[in-house]
Amino acid sequence: MTSSSPPPKARSFSWRSKSFRNLVYQLTAVALVIALGAYLMHNTLQNMRLRGIQSGFDFIAQPAGFSIGESVVPFDSAESYGKAFLVGLSNTLRVAIIGVVLATLLGTLVGIGRLSHNFLLRTLCGAYVEVFRNVPLLLQLFIWYFVMTELLPPIETAMQPVAGVFFSKNGLQYPIPLWASGHWLTLAGLLAGGVGAWAWARAARSHLYATGLIRPVFWPGLGIVVAGGLLGWLVGGAPGGLDIPEKTELNVVGGGAVTPEFLTMLIGLTVYTASYIAEIVRGGIQAVPFGQHEAAAALGLSRRMEVRLVQMPQALRVIIPPLTSQYLNLTKNSSLAVAVGYPDLVSISNTSLNQTGRAIECIALVMACYLTLSLLTAAFMNAYNKRSLIKER
Amino acid sequence: MTKTPLKTALGALIALGALAATLPAQAGKTIDTIKQRGQLVCGVNPSLPGFSAADSQGNWAGLDVDVCKAVAATLLSDASKIKWVPLNAAQRFAALQAGEIDILSRNTTWTLTRDASLGLHFTGATYYDGQGFMVTKKSKISSAKQLKGATVCVQSGTTTEKNLTDYSKAAGLNMKSVVFETQEATNKAYFSGRCQAYTTDASGLASVRNKEAGNPEDHVILPELISKEPLGPSVRRGDDEFFAIVKWVVFALVEAEEYGITQANVDQMKTSTDPVVQRILGTSEDTGKLLGLDKDWAYRAIKATGNYGEIFERNVGPKSALKLPRGANNLWNKGGFMYAPPVR
Repeated sequence: MTSSSPPPKARSFSWRSKSFRNLVYQLTAVALVIALGAYLMHNTLQNMRLRGIQSGFDFIAQPAGFSIGESVVPFDSAESYGKAFLVGLSNTLRVAIIGVVLATLLGTLVGIGRLSHNFLLRTLCGAYVEVFRNVPLLLQLFIWYFVMTELLPPIETAMQPVAGVFFSKNGLQYPIPLWASGHWLTLAGLLAGGVGAWAWARAARSHLYATGLIRPVFWPGLGIVVAGGLLGWLVGGAPGGLDIPEKTELNVVGGGAVTPEFLTMLIGLTVYTASYIAEIVRGGIQAVPFGQHEAAAALGLSRRMEVRLVQMPQALRVIIPPLTSQYLNLTKNSSLAVAVGYPDLVSISNTSLNQTGRAIECIALVMACYLTLSLLTAAFMNAYNKRSLIKER
Repeated sequence: MTKTPLKTALGALIALGALAATLPAQAGKTIDTIKQRGQLVCGVNPSLPGFSAADSQGNWAGLDVDVCKAVAATLLSDASKIKWVPLNAAQRFAALQAGEIDILSRNTTWTLTRDASLGLHFTGATYYDGQGFMVTKKSKISSAKQLKGATVCVQSGTTTEKNLTDYSKAAGLNMKSVVFETQEATNKAYFSGRCQAYTTDASGLASVRNKEAGNPEDHVILPELISKEPLGPSVRRGDDEFFAIVKWVVFALVEAEEYGITQANVDQMKTSTDPVVQRILGTSEDTGKLLGLDKDWAYRAIKATGNYGEIFERNVGPKSALKLPRGANNLWNKGGFMYAPPVR
């Protein structure tokens, strides 16, 4: 807390000194806030003790005793409440991270589409934004979940678009490669390919600076990564074992699976957030003065190079700060998952809260988790924002 | 009525806020508060016909509802002076702890953890239940052992989740649970075919089947009961007087059935010469005085709701819509568990 007053002359402990008065005001405010917090805390603890409500975080190490329907990492009911919270957090992260990537892609496309010269495309994109931005997210989630659970076929008559892939009320089930030691080499190959692609991009840049000639970066880079992975896979003995889902009497088991709950959350969050991102992208592009377009044209830049080199760098400066808020919103909105039965952090916390009765502790944990997530996202986006700012030389 | 997560969170926050802000509770205050207010505040399940549900006119009925009515009749001489607070499973204990409700009568299982660590006391069991499974008739499943790998719909915030996990593990069934926040959402998911089975207390299954299924005949409740679920009302800790009243009102209803006192004959019974009946109805000894009540306390409860047997028959019994057998909930001398200590 610094005051915007002119630099203090000499510190004096007198009411006539502005800096002293400011200091006193600020200390008083801080003391009041701390006192209020301490009072509420003390009163809560005392009330809970009087009413025989047990409190404390000791439950975290105790076995949870309930199972979790789907998780990124395996979870057994004999494991602790703490592990259950982590599983919930991983489910939240899973839907949030994939959601952020997809929403950014979709939002950017729609945002650019709104500026298209094609009437149909422009109108469709506009309608998309207006519809999804103006219907409450919870309602949208209910609708998507309704689509998933009512309109898809029951598991006995699951759709099989390709042999081994099942699509039904049980979600999407598909074959996944059986893990073999050879896959380590595939991963190593992909990693090496990534390093190679990075080297290629660097070389292309120095070539550009040296000769003024442009070398393609994206496609060759992708090629290097794929080739690396393929090579690693071949060296690893080309393991080809697949875990294919199989139909049993009651269910489809095996393979990889995404549940209707996860799909609902992913589609709902993506579509909703993308409508906001579209507007941000459109605004960002329109914020670049028309003169820049004319200047780029005068320099003889192609339309693609103009977007990449002239418009995007300037638009990004406008886009990134509000985009950060949308990422934060998406992450926090994922807490609506409880409504459709997706076991996210809030859902796990609700269950734990009910098994243990530690309401304050569970809610505090959830708040701490979301706060950490949000602060991390904000820190990352702020760093990126700094990079995209105007370099003043 | 749909409960959004936001609403739940809000409710939890308000409850926490109330915990933080109110002054410490004092023993014996609940009864004074109820009398001053002229109303009993009762936390119930909004959608479990037979146990508690409101009709289109807002009149509540059900077994859990009748417990509150009996208590209100005893304390306030009027069974209609009740404010009903619909609660979902996740909100119920916080509401009781924070003093939003006086009594929680919401098909709640009596367990050690709840009795010992949540700042509340169960006053006894009003319905002995067990957790079961419901499946579609079409699936041709006739035993829970056949549910291998099945997806099961379950409501969060209940003892049900743990029982399901324990049973699935012990029987090696590897069932998958899909957990919903509200009973409405759980019902919808099951009836849309998202899950192969629905699990909750057997009485709850009967209620859900009767109310929500297009054709109740299309759904079967499997014979296995995988847990003990004694359901009963609970009150806040720290007020022994109110605790005793709720406990003894329920005992009086059971005792009344045992000695043949019904809603219809309770007035005639006042002239009975049976000393036990005289004690219950307060025509000889004044049993109410010991509870801090008048001598007609049990008379008013029986007059308002009938005895326990009548409550059971009217709401959930074989002639009601739920058609549940009396079974474990019969009187102790008729092969059930319902046993009241003597009113003496």
